[in-house]
Amino acid sequence: MRIFVKLTGSELRLFLREPMAAFFGIAFPVVLVVILGSIPAFRVPSPDLGGLRVIDLYVPIAVALIIAMLGLQAAPAVLATYREKGVLRRLATTPARPAALLGAQLAMSVLIAVVSAALVLLVGRYVFGVPFPARFPAFALSFLLGMAAVLAVGLLIAASAPSGKAANAAGTFLFFPLMFFAGLWTPREVMPAVIQRIGDFTPLGAAERAMHEAATGSWPALIAVAVMTGYVVVFGLAAARLFRWE
Amino acid sequence: MAIIKVSNLTKRYRDTVAVDGVSFAVDRGEIFGILGPNGAGKTTTVEAVAGLRQPDSGTIEVLGRTPGDPELLRQVGVQLQESELPEKMTVREALELYSAFYPEPLDWRRLAAELGLEDRHHARYATLSGGQKQRLSIALALIGDPSIAILDELTTGLDPQARRDTWDLIESIRDRGVTVLLVTHFMAEAERLCDRIAVIDHGRVVALDTPAGLVARVATEQRIRLRPSAELDDALLTALPEVREVRRHGSTVEVIGADNLLHAVSSVLAAHQIIAADLRLEQASLDDAFVGLTGRGAEN
Repeated sequence: MRIFVKLTGSELRLFLREPMAAFFGIAFPVVLVVILGSIPAFRVPSPDLGGLRVIDLYVPIAVALIIAMLGLQAAPAVLATYREKGVLRRLATTPARPAALLGAQLAMSVLIAVVSAALVLLVGRYVFGVPFPARFPAFALSFLLGMAAVLAVGLLIAASAPSGKAANAAGTFLFFPLMFFAGLWTPREVMPAVIQRIGDFTPLGAAERAMHEAATGSWPALIAVAVMTGYVVVFGLAAARLFRWE
Repeated sequence: MAIIKVSNLTKRYRDTVAVDGVSFAVDRGEIFGILGPNGAGKTTTVEAVAGLRQPDSGTIEVLGRTPGDPELLRQVGVQLQESELPEKMTVREALELYSAFYPEPLDWRRLAAELGLEDRHHARYATLSGGQKQRLSIALALIGDPSIAILDELTTGLDPQARRDTWDLIESIRDRGVTVLLVTHFMAEAERLCDRIAVIDHGRVVALDTPAGLVARVATEQRIRLRPSAELDDALLTALPEVREVRRHGSTVEVIGADNLLHAVSSVLAAHQIIAADLRLEQASLDDAFVGLTGRGAEN
């Protein structure tokens, strides 16, 4: 446990030393909320959105963006680099096992995601009057489950990519379609129904749906929860089978 | 007393046999070398001893335990080839982090000072020179105060001065009571450091002896070259039992023989009041022994 805490602290320090990762993981989602919230039209309730404002929709989307940045862009590249450079191999010769570093990297990613999501919710609430999620525990669980689903996909990338650069490229390649279904460019809620249904089967589409529903007062759809759980199980197991320390 | 026992170790990768029935035993407190050409199976052998690879057959015992035993992870320090650290981790952070892995670590500041890293505490890994990275890697292998250190090709890529400094360091590690298992393909390194050497070629141990024993095994021949100050009759030399042949190259005399050749020749010269100018004794080196044992040079 002491080793795990030390490793997590070390991973956190290293993460904060990467200006790009730290910016996109922590600052960018909240900056996005500030920019969109500064557009007057986005602060006007719209009957097309069931009386919600565009900025209300974008708070859960920004949280989904945090998940994508950390789970697809940051973690797979770091872990694949650790394998490529023999960092994991060296750990395999010490009482700290490579699995501990893997766990520390995941714990650190979740920690950063929670802080970053809290920032988005706080800025949304106190700057733009977006209410806190109506069903907060359901929102928090959807967020964590979504993070787990995307990290499982990220781990499979890390397990199968031959190098850190390849993992980075694969993560970026997946980032755009997955964030599309989460509504980064067009909020999921105003997409055609058929696109929404397809999105329900993507990890970030399901996560955004569950978070949006919890934020606006209903229970997350069972299908969204089931899809995220499915990603955790299937991709998690595949990654565990394929992952090599060297 | 043997603290590492390897018997009949075999390891295949798909259809190539990397290690083919290797056996050796390392005694407590010695520097044991594993010497061989590139691709001979040296690294696979020590990786199996370190518990990183599962042997296909054969047994390995380290401190009476099987590799992979958690106790061995604490007692065996390993420095591997091509194991880096995160680029932005500092020397101090790496040493402190690795200290936390062990129940009774050495004082990292002292270790860093012993390894000449005392003014690099806050340097990031990426900014270290090759020698400094290698020394940090050795420090991480030693931070847990191990009873055995496994060091794989630790001076590869170092400049000659850094290489010599590293050799001094290995000797000081042994003087602290640590048993060292050293993989190398540098003759000079093996000759200087090792108490005993296992020469591995094509996955097999082709010889296991002290450096001097290995040399004696392949070549007993010695050559002396000299320029005598006065006329020297070949018969004076060929009469000696140590001398096998005498050759002349202009004013230089070449004497070929064995045993205590130098003493025998210089006694004859002294008896006839002849002074030998430009005297040179050529003996077989570990290099020659290696070529004799494997049929090729270690560095190809």
